[in-house]
Amino acid sequence: MAKTGRMIKKSWDNRLFDALANTFLIVMVVITIYPLWFILVASVTDYKLINSGTLLLWPKGFHLLGYQRVFEDWRIWSGYMNTIIYTVGGTLFGAVTTILAGYAFSRRDLPGSGILMKLFIFTMYFGGGLIPTYLLINSLGLVNSRLLMILQSSVSVHNIIVVRSFMRGNIPDELLDAATIDGCGNGTFFISVVVPLSKAIFAVMVLYIAVSHWNAYFNALIYLTDRYKYPLQVFLREILLQTTAASDLEEDAEVMMQLQQMTATIRYSVIVVSTLPILCVYPFIQKYFVKGVMIGSVKG
Amino acid sequence: MREKISAESGAAAKAAKQKARERTRRLIKRNWLLYLFLLPAALYIFIFHYGPMYGIQIAFRDFKPVKGIWGSPWVGMKWIQTFIDTPRFWTILKNTIVISLYSLISFPFPILLALFINNVQNMRAKKFVQTITYMPHFISTVVLVGMISMFLSPRNGVINLLVEFFGGSRDTYYMGSASAFPHIYVWSGIWKGMGWSSIIYVAALTGVDQELHDAAQVDGANKLQRILHIDIPSILPTVIIMLILRLGNIMGVGYEKVYLMQNSLNITASEVISTYVYKMGLQNQRFSYSAAIGLFNNIINFIILIIANKTADKVSGSSLW
Repeated sequence: MAKTGRMIKKSWDNRLFDALANTFLIVMVVITIYPLWFILVASVTDYKLINSGTLLLWPKGFHLLGYQRVFEDWRIWSGYMNTIIYTVGGTLFGAVTTILAGYAFSRRDLPGSGILMKLFIFTMYFGGGLIPTYLLINSLGLVNSRLLMILQSSVSVHNIIVVRSFMRGNIPDELLDAATIDGCGNGTFFISVVVPLSKAIFAVMVLYIAVSHWNAYFNALIYLTDRYKYPLQVFLREILLQTTAASDLEEDAEVMMQLQQMTATIRYSVIVVSTLPILCVYPFIQKYFVKGVMIGSVKG
Repeated sequence: MREKISAESGAAAKAAKQKARERTRRLIKRNWLLYLFLLPAALYIFIFHYGPMYGIQIAFRDFKPVKGIWGSPWVGMKWIQTFIDTPRFWTILKNTIVISLYSLISFPFPILLALFINNVQNMRAKKFVQTITYMPHFISTVVLVGMISMFLSPRNGVINLLVEFFGGSRDTYYMGSASAFPHIYVWSGIWKGMGWSSIIYVAALTGVDQELHDAAQVDGANKLQRILHIDIPSILPTVIIMLILRLGNIMGVGYEKVYLMQNSLNITASEVISTYVYKMGLQNQRFSYSAAIGLFNNIINFIILIIANKTADKVSGSSLW
């Protein structure tokens, strides 16, 4: 009761502050959500209405022609398939590698690991650059290979540091000491103690790496030459940002006309098709992402 | 006498050293499995990060793929000189610096957002604001740029329609305007990143000692005063670390987004070092020239990072290493 009493007596300056702060938050929420909402609405609206330019709050009618066109496009299917392959492969490789290395680095009884960590950290701030990297990949024979799409950018030093901080904070040294006295080796300790205690950080890593793979396009643009190996994002670039591409192939003039008029609707639909899955899943796993950022903020 | 002592302590030191070495050897032997754990990551880092560093030398050679790196002759600083002598050098440098410095204005937004989120008492409202504002982080750069170009398109883009609603014309082609380019780049970046970047500050704010707030409240401090004198000083170390990281990357304008936003009309404002490197190197096959420019950019970045880190260390005691 004492608390409510104080709340009623809130002074005018605190009320003014709350009003301003909350207005700011409301404006931010609207600015964030409206563009996304507009895309969703526009993707199911008649293309003639979109082309003439109409501000929409609610869908006018319900047309799925844009989606129909999107799903008729082989690039979407092929791109989706490839993205799934690269994301699943890269995430598995990246998460396992990161967890193993992060755990090893978290141990304080590993001679030489300090120097190795310094060598790792150095690469966060300095690198060979685009061209030397390209030449290296080329000399390794990895240009135009799916393997490269899976491997590249899967392991990041930042993620390893996040895992290391987590392990140091969540796996007490006493546990290891006790286990060692009981004659438990590193392998058994890792499997029976570390793995069960690190489910959360594993989830965080899987999500981080998966999102970055899902959204990556530049490596594919640089290193892939076969179109059938392209991930979704490269095709999205074609559809969203380049004017002619597939419509050139269309021979029927009437179909081409319609396609051209539908460009905007197709684009809105393709954004929904490519982005909605991740935006729908994310709120449910939000706490893992947030956890990852928080662990990462602890200076290791 | 003195010799004897030094001999004795020498022997003691030797024994201690011997002991330490023995211990190290024992640890290595016992923890062999952990080295195996490190192996995949180490291989990855050495191949993908240190491997390219070997190739940096082509910046000082006249590299021809048929001759290989070692077969190509040294040319010293020729490529850097060529870059500085190109008529576009100053434009490219200016664009890079303008976009970098302008991008810094995005820095306070997440802090402000975090302070205001922290002020919300209703847990569900708080969660809602966080969920929504974090969302754009998951939108890919390609889709983001696609959204920007559609919203800004003349005649039927949302922004143009809004401009018309408030009495302007809806026919402006913003994406084709060089003067609009930095604004579009920076503000769309704020839209995408503000919420996500605020997480770290929200986390830091939950660590602020509640007793400080209670005490200040008893003394009659209002919310604004408490934010200024308690919250901000408490999260300052986090702020400084984030700022150093940001400064260290100041010249590293990401080519991904700039490249996607480029077109022939805005190129005078949108060509930056990294996109120029990409075009010269991979589209025009001028490997050495392009590697030299990339190196030039990397070194400037690295120096700025070191200076920023040193300064922060002196001023506030927070630093990266």
